[in-house]
Amino acid sequence: MTFETLLPYLMAAIFAMAFPLVTGYLVLVERKILADFQARLGPMRVGPHGLLQPIADALKLILKEDTVPKDADKFLFYLAPLLSVVTAFGSFAVIPISATLRIADLNIGLLLISALAAVGVFGIILGGWSSNSNYSLLGALRGAAQLISYEVALGLSLVTVVMLSGTLSMQGIVEAQFNQRIWFLFGNYGLMLLSFFIFLIAAVAEVNRAPFDLPEAESEIVAGYHTEYSGFRWALYMLAEYTNIFIICAVAATVFFGGWLRPFANIEWLAYPMDAIFPAALLFLSAWGCARMKLFPFTALLGISGLVFLIPAVATALSAPFWFFLKVSAVFYVLIWFRASWPRLRYDQLMDLGWKRLIPLALGALLANAIIGML
Amino acid sequence: MDAALFYTFAAITLAGALATVTRRNPVHCALGLIFSLLGVAGLFLLQAAELLFAVQILLYVGGVMVLFLFVIMLIHLEQAARLRQYSRQWPVALAALFAVFLEIYVLAQSGLPGLPPSPQPRLNAGGNTERIADSLFYVYALPFEAASLLLLIAIVGAVWLARKKEQPQ
Amino acid sequence: MPQLNAVPMSWYLILSAILFTLGVAGFLFRRNIITVFMSIELMLNAVNLSFVAFSHQLRQVDGQIFTFFVMVVAAAEAAVGLAIILTVFKNRQTLSIDEVSSLKN
Repeated sequence: MTFETLLPYLMAAIFAMAFPLVTGYLVLVERKILADFQARLGPMRVGPHGLLQPIADALKLILKEDTVPKDADKFLFYLAPLLSVVTAFGSFAVIPISATLRIADLNIGLLLISALAAVGVFGIILGGWSSNSNYSLLGALRGAAQLISYEVALGLSLVTVVMLSGTLSMQGIVEAQFNQRIWFLFGNYGLMLLSFFIFLIAAVAEVNRAPFDLPEAESEIVAGYHTEYSGFRWALYMLAEYTNIFIICAVAATVFFGGWLRPFANIEWLAYPMDAIFPAALLFLSAWGCARMKLFPFTALLGISGLVFLIPAVATALSAPFWFFLKVSAVFYVLIWFRASWPRLRYDQLMDLGWKRLIPLALGALLANAIIGML
Repeated sequence: MDAALFYTFAAITLAGALATVTRRNPVHCALGLIFSLLGVAGLFLLQAAELLFAVQILLYVGGVMVLFLFVIMLIHLEQAARLRQYSRQWPVALAALFAVFLEIYVLAQSGLPGLPPSPQPRLNAGGNTERIADSLFYVYALPFEAASLLLLIAIVGAVWLARKKEQPQ
Repeated sequence: MPQLNAVPMSWYLILSAILFTLGVAGFLFRRNIITVFMSIELMLNAVNLSFVAFSHQLRQVDGQIFTFFVMVVAAAEAAVGLAIILTVFKNRQTLSIDEVSSLKN
């Protein structure tokens, strides 16, 4: 067993073990950013600047009583959150983090992600139905209708990417962007921007985020499909939701923003500035920010990692994951921005937008991109 | 390894199919069918049909089955589970079933003639998706267009059937 | 690269036959229209399995193309069929096959 053959298993294990914690911190980051948008401080009590809040939340959820409604369909009630989590985690298998850091490079990678997302719908439908509660059922029906509708637009916008790259493999799409010397976001003389905006809107709807969070609209149907869930099972739903958000951000970063490629990957002399100086500068900036918030251990940690990035060998090795995660974070920030900016759509507006606007627009974008691509 | 995977997927497929045919609650039936379809998808993968594996999950499980569950939930079927489950024609059905089983038995007894491997060296030279695309858009272009026409007709038909009836004043 | 034909094709064909029989049984025995419809899907899948098995054995993709078309037809069928089921339920408040027989009486 060489290191190369073990690497995929190692990465799968790391993803599976680390992601529950990562999810906790994604929630904290989201709460902090939302608070910032609303000129508040966000969680501040547990640990310095609320940094231990996710641990406290996790402990609370694990210790909380796990209630099951009396007339619930027990088997399906237990199965549904598991389905959600398993399908969400399955998508990690095809997400490339660098040229070598990936679990699998399948030649149907992009299709597999769509397929797993499609199966994930059952977690919502079955969970909502088995709870035997009107609010849950309404949430489930809304979720099913919304996911089916926006999957079409999402798929159509991804087809334009596949037309440009000529492959469904995620690694192949990144390589195609390297060979064509352009991120697909700006491909086809800028026409791909249209596809990207369709993708972004459909993706937000696909992961049930505001302004498309109708399946769990708390002001209308309590908590939607997971109204009757509590404690650990509810936490599983949250885990699945944030994993899906991460996956959709990673897909956006990979197919539109060049994945793990640094910006201007074809320009040789930019290698050191982009691989070392930019990450180091960013880390130093964060260190300075931590110092202002009096988080001195973090200042030291970030400062040292910034210095480490200036070593050429380290920079070459770490720049791909750095750029990948930076792009994913940028898309994640945009999703939170959406949530902070727009009110929730009404149900008929949601269906109108999906079927009467986005899908025709996506078909038009597909046609236009096909024609331009042939020229 | 292949045999073990075959048995696993075959077991999932058959267990799901049995649940579909025997369960009282339509939602359980649908869940059985979902697992059966997933098992078949696994068997596709085992036979180097990756594209069909993904399409089966995306289209069948993610599309058709969601539609099924949607309809089941729209029409509350609490009473359906309590009704008599089996059709009046069950003696005829039993006879037909017996005939089919006999057929399978005879087939399994006589053994299937071994098919000679065809001259093509490998099934997926150049990738399964690419091979299917080549076939679909060159050799089978006309059926492909016919299929899209069929889908269009189905869409129009479904919308027409499901439309709101205007109330006569 | 796994060994081709590690599992003989006859296994797939027998599995497909059993699956088809289960579909036939469901189609003939059950009286809930939705379950009958699901049994049809089972039968279609059994056929798909045979197609792919032959495709793998003969090393030609034509079988997979046929499966592809079967899936398209199944999707169209599901859309129209479920719309019909909804209409039937709206008009009669029942989904029992035995009771949807007004043409006979």
